[in-house]
Amino acid sequence: MSAPVLRIEKLRKSFGAEIVLEDITFTVPEHTATVFIGASGSGKSTLLRCINLLEQIDDGVIKLDGQDISAADVNPDEVRKKLGMVFQSFNLFPHMTVLENIILAPTKVQGVSQDEAVDQAFKLLERFGLRDKADQYPDRLSGGQQQRVAIIRSLARSPRLLLLDEITSALDPVLVNEVLSTVRELKSEGMTMVLATHEMGFAKQVANEVCYLHQGRILEWGAPEEILEAPKRAETREFIKRVHDAGRL
Amino acid sequence: MSENRGRGSGGNSGSAPYDFGGAWQPSEIELARRVARKKRNQKNALIAALSSALVLGTLIVVIVTSPGWVTLRNTFFKWAYGVEVLPKILLGFATNATLTVIAGTSVALIGLLVALIRTSRTPALTPFRFLATIYVDVFRGVPLLLVILLVGFGIPALQIKGLTNSVLILGTLAVIITYSAYVAEVIRSGILTVHPSQRAAARSLGLSHSQTLRYVVLPQAFKRVTPPLLNDLVALVKDTGLISILGVTDAVRAAQIQTSKSFNYTPYVMAALIFLAVTIPLTRATDRMLRKSLERQNAQGQA
Ligand SMILES: Nc1ncnc2c1ncn2[C@@H]1O[C@H](COP(=O)(O)OP(=O)(O)O)[C@@H](O)[C@H]1O
Ligand SMILES: [Mg+2]
Repeated sequence: MSAPVLRIEKLRKSFGAEIVLEDITFTVPEHTATVFIGASGSGKSTLLRCINLLEQIDDGVIKLDGQDISAADVNPDEVRKKLGMVFQSFNLFPHMTVLENIILAPTKVQGVSQDEAVDQAFKLLERFGLRDKADQYPDRLSGGQQQRVAIIRSLARSPRLLLLDEITSALDPVLVNEVLSTVRELKSEGMTMVLATHEMGFAKQVANEVCYLHQGRILEWGAPEEILEAPKRAETREFIKRVHDAGRL
Repeated sequence: MSENRGRGSGGNSGSAPYDFGGAWQPSEIELARRVARKKRNQKNALIAALSSALVLGTLIVVIVTSPGWVTLRNTFFKWAYGVEVLPKILLGFATNATLTVIAGTSVALIGLLVALIRTSRTPALTPFRFLATIYVDVFRGVPLLLVILLVGFGIPALQIKGLTNSVLILGTLAVIITYSAYVAEVIRSGILTVHPSQRAAARSLGLSHSQTLRYVVLPQAFKRVTPPLLNDLVALVKDTGLISILGVTDAVRAAQIQTSKSFNYTPYVMAALIFLAVTIPLTRATDRMLRKSLERQNAQGQA
């Protein structure tokens, strides 16, 4: 077995006096998906932002492909070239067309030529059924289309690891599926990813491992069937019941 | 995934309307509605025209028949005289126009620089951030006329060798110093209103701090501050007239010279008209741009 894509050991993160993440340890092997579930405010977004070095951690180690990216002398821009991140609120750049959004990082960060970047962008757009939206501005697209463009934008840089933060939470229920099937497809192609989600059914389909995050700690982890169907901890049961009652299982 | 192709859920491109196969003919009800709508519009137009004619007509009659009208007209609106002095005032206005262009360009650059310094978080720039804040506070709080007097008359009084005594240059300098402070604040507020999530998205794509600024933050900031900046441009055009106090022969000064010869105020009115010829189109353009950007924002809010 090769070295894991991501390995996190004893990560701790606080904002002022509030401890948001504590004693977080987990491993993400290549071609697998690790899904974080947990109540709002349990620290899922913060964890993903820490991996992306958008937040500075208080303690612990984050290793990407064996390299300690939490070391003081690491250049965050170099690390982020290997990571893709998609946010709950899409965060497409509103002043750029879909195509411009996608080729920005490849041309400006990775030094790919304009033609090559456009070529690759069109291939991705074609694959995800968005070819005809290339010249549209984001505000002309539905939420589902915007989120798929955001996914394509992060894929255009061929990341080692994809971080997806509740990417369907801001969508109408009818639009959720088109986004989720995009992610399922990426998974089947072997993309390694870490996700935060409230979509339990989806978690069951894509996850190799599910971690239940409770007040900043991983309270329970294991195979999706174990955690989602037969959780051992009372807190996990309670959480899953609540999500279930909200109609999302 | 391919089953999603062309289904195009939600707010679609405003392309051609759906073709239902047969040629569509408006129904009886729709035709009647159109006739009624047309009638109502005609009636509204008639009412607007009549009321305008009535109000404006009354106003004109009241003014023209008032006892002071002849004196008023001879003092302010002696058109033959106005046309006679027009070339001189226009020549003066060339100074205002040149000054607007030169000052406007410098102000844009300095304002941007000051705004960038004030919004930066680089530790090395801390002293500059501090100085920039003081600069903006001071020059936004002092009347422009005072700055013009201080720079225009004060600097020559220092009698420093090699420093210009040209009131034109010094006056322009005073305008640039003051307006850069205004514009820096406008641009800074634009930068601050770009949502932090946009920066996060850019950084997570691997863009460096300066790339994020250049490709993501500033373009959005500029779009937002264009209307207020155009307002400042209108104000700048007018305020170039203030350096006439230093004796620079701009449109205002040219008009003043003519007036003091003839004791007739028509040259001032002519100068005012020349300013209006520039500022009104600018104001209208600003309005239109503001309306458009609001429409765009609203459309985004509904998406
Ligand atoms: N920038 C920040 N400053 C202060 N507190 C924060 C910040 N970001 C997140 N938090 C806090 O950290 C906790 C976890 O938040 P978050 O990671 O967004 O949770 P989740 O994504 O699971 O809903 C919350 O209590 C939140 O208020
Ligand atoms: Mg969150």
